[in-house]
Amino acid sequence: MRKQLMKGNEAIVRSAILAGCRAFYGYPITPASEITEAAAEFLPRVGGVFLQAESEVAAINMLYGASSAGVRAMTASSGPGISLMQEGISYMAGAELPCVIADITRGGPGLGNIAAEQSDYHQVVKGGGNGSYHTLVLAPSSAQEMADLTALAFELADRYRNPVVVLADGFVGQMMEPVEFPQRATAPQTPAWAVTGTAESRGNLITSLHMGSDELEAHIQHLESKYRRAEREEARAEDWRTGDAEIVLVGYGIVGRILKAVTAEARAEGIPVGLLRPITLYPFPTRNFQRLVPRARVFLVVEMSNGQLVEDVRLALNGARPVEFFGRMGGNVPSHGEVLALVRRLARQYGVVMEREEERMAHV
Amino acid sequence: MNAEKRDRGLLRVDGNECKGCGLCVEACPPKVIAMSERLNHYGYRTATYVGAGCTGCGICFMVCPEPGAITVLRAMAQRSAAGSGVTMGTEGAMPCASN
Amino acid sequence: MSSEFISEYEVIHAKPKAFYETYARKDELQHQTHYCPGCGHGTIHKMLAQAMDEFGIKDRTILISPVGCSVFAYYYFDVGNVQAAHGRASAVATAVKRSRPESIVISYQGDGDLAAIGSAEILHAANRGEPIAVIFVNNAIYSMTGGQFAPTTLIGQKSTTTPGGRSAIHEGYPLHVSELLATLEAPMYIERVGLGDNRQIAQASRAIRRAVENQVRGLGFSFIEVLSPCPTIWRLSPVESQRWVREVMEKTYPLAVFRDRTKDAQPRPMPQEPPALDTIPQIIGVANGDVPEDSAIRHEPVTDVDLHVRVAGFGGQGVLLLGEVLAEAGLDAGLEVSWLPSYGPEMRSGTSNCHVRLSREPIDSPLVTAPNVLVAMNEPSLKKFDKSVQARGWVIYNGDAFPPECVREDVHVLALPFTQIADALGDARAANMVMLGALLEIADALPQTSVDAALRRLVKNPRFFELDERALARGRELYRESVREVCHAG
Repeated sequence: MRKQLMKGNEAIVRSAILAGCRAFYGYPITPASEITEAAAEFLPRVGGVFLQAESEVAAINMLYGASSAGVRAMTASSGPGISLMQEGISYMAGAELPCVIADITRGGPGLGNIAAEQSDYHQVVKGGGNGSYHTLVLAPSSAQEMADLTALAFELADRYRNPVVVLADGFVGQMMEPVEFPQRATAPQTPAWAVTGTAESRGNLITSLHMGSDELEAHIQHLESKYRRAEREEARAEDWRTGDAEIVLVGYGIVGRILKAVTAEARAEGIPVGLLRPITLYPFPTRNFQRLVPRARVFLVVEMSNGQLVEDVRLALNGARPVEFFGRMGGNVPSHGEVLALVRRLARQYGVVMEREEERMAHV
Repeated sequence: MNAEKRDRGLLRVDGNECKGCGLCVEACPPKVIAMSERLNHYGYRTATYVGAGCTGCGICFMVCPEPGAITVLRAMAQRSAAGSGVTMGTEGAMPCASN
Repeated sequence: MSSEFISEYEVIHAKPKAFYETYARKDELQHQTHYCPGCGHGTIHKMLAQAMDEFGIKDRTILISPVGCSVFAYYYFDVGNVQAAHGRASAVATAVKRSRPESIVISYQGDGDLAAIGSAEILHAANRGEPIAVIFVNNAIYSMTGGQFAPTTLIGQKSTTTPGGRSAIHEGYPLHVSELLATLEAPMYIERVGLGDNRQIAQASRAIRRAVENQVRGLGFSFIEVLSPCPTIWRLSPVESQRWVREVMEKTYPLAVFRDRTKDAQPRPMPQEPPALDTIPQIIGVANGDVPEDSAIRHEPVTDVDLHVRVAGFGGQGVLLLGEVLAEAGLDAGLEVSWLPSYGPEMRSGTSNCHVRLSREPIDSPLVTAPNVLVAMNEPSLKKFDKSVQARGWVIYNGDAFPPECVREDVHVLALPFTQIADALGDARAANMVMLGALLEIADALPQTSVDAALRRLVKNPRFFELDERALARGRELYRESVREVCHAG
């Protein structure tokens, strides 16, 4: 397969169409608008529906409708728009409707700014809507992953009948990298539960309403069983040079890329550093963290937020190891230099055993 | 009963569905629906056909807010009871019509 | 009465077939609705079901239930059912209909749902002319939640949240949704009817039938507002409530047809058949065959490469394109590449920059915070990024007077008036390509064929392509002619 240079935001739409997406309802917002624009160009050409809604509230409820009708559907937005979509996301989780939502995170709170942040973690991973539910959350860190994880998102959405969020930051969305796509398009399928205006589907009902206390509790327990299954089967992370790591760097999305560079530089200085990059933020790759406990002395979580992922890392480690945090906000990016300086300090502070020269040379 | 003298229409009220709102009583042009004295088992006084005078106009059905509470019948053109028209069994109609 | 007597009658009005025989989704009283005695919903439901029976569309119908007393409409209608969030039924209906154009989509909404929280959704669904039927049940109050004020509450009408009665000063005036929607171009049919007496009810039934028929005919947006009694919250008997509809409500909400464009309307075109599945990669531009042969990845990199390039300048100087050509050429030459446009706070004041990386190894971070080549297309950009350049790196600067404060002993500098040079070539806008030519010569990492291929992909206009090719060549020349190692500050 051949690669082409493409923005992450553009890769998402192409991958979605190849995955059988035939409905896109969106509302423009920087830095996610390229997704909506690409959808406007391509969805109608493949027999799909594109509509710019009057608001993000309407857009997500249109997804509710499209998904009810058994069509693979998606939208894209950023922080403030995702906040508005939380209503519909909760309803879709409650009504067990699959859909894919791309969140190309910008600065907040409020209007914040249009620069890249990772501050939507809480509202996306913890669920900003009401009720006991989760969205599954995938965090790409490259244009190729924007494509691959979008395709996976549609699969997971159908498998779990649940909204799936592709949570990226403005950098991953705006960045161009080589991307390759599968050469076969998935045929759109109509699930048996959908309401499609046919005799066979006439008895179907889509609702998130369960009036009886026992009935609702049973429904939530059913949702919970899906989440437990996802936790067992779907958690993913990238482990990079963690085998002998005494300092484990943790970051997702673009930060994962920066930390990879830092890892290489720190290793060159003899500091045994590794990178753990969560790819699924929900289900959280808890076991990947626990596996590193015997060797690791400290985990350093780096985010473009005030510290949101770090809470899940602490829960995953459950006090087994200290967890340090470094965050930049407002569109500022943690630089190699400042993270590396922090790594050196932690190495001293936690008595990290430096690699001997010959070991270091073996890596080179 | 002599067929020439029978009413043009007939209605039945399902005593299990009627909620006793009284809109049919108000709406009925020949005023042949009344509220029963008895309460049904939900405690509603239900509508009742007085037993004669229905014209089969269907207005009671139209105004009734309960989809299945009222059924309106109309006399078929002169023909034998064994004719092919849509007929209804006696079991359903008897108790309701006299409710 | 004798059995012979009964058998001479035929049923002319009975529970429509579009209703379930028993309401199994209810947990009790499965043979009757949950509506209060005298409530208009049951009447309206029946009209809708009769229309479904008449047109034989039970299988095709998808009913969107709202939030409000009719949230349980799906208990009763034996059709496809979707229950929506408060106020969003029109948005949900929009997408259901667009994805299933053959279906008959009915959005059933109350006045809190449609006129308050869902006012945006109904306005825009109507304005788009979505070919759906909307039944709007207006009882001037929030009933399910216990009698709060609605946008449709009458002036002076008491509610639990307007205990002194609605005042125009405080809550504004009753919202006339039908009239409002009738100001739009797209709607096909808009009518307000009432349940105030037999005559009104008969008309309501006709109107609802009409709305359904419009959709069966494939016409556009139909909207029926029904003034509907709520005896429980109004604290009136069902009969008094009916009277209140016709004697009080109707004064504020006159019954009328506000729009009827059905007479000459043509059915909306149905969507075309989707293209064959195997053509989709090509349609969306990802088929392997789409990538021109001559730019297939085939070159071996000339030398070992690890470029960290930052390009900066004013918007309009072609900063992003310079970076893109470099990245495309790198990809063509079989390298790992990334291109990241300046983004966020850096975009202010019309400046623009991008990060480009080319490497034999997978790119770890696409952010270039310490470039080994800085292309500064103006002085502010030089001043901003000069300090970040790696020792022994290169600065290519558009200007022959290198600002003294930017002079470093540990970097190489190529400072030339690239804009004037480009101008002499025919267009000052080609300065970016002259600078790229110099960069390519310095990096010595990419074959010219890859650069040509990249340029062909990105510069479609033949005139600019030719100019850019000359500009690149000139840049290469300039480097060879005039490169000077600037460890010269001292």
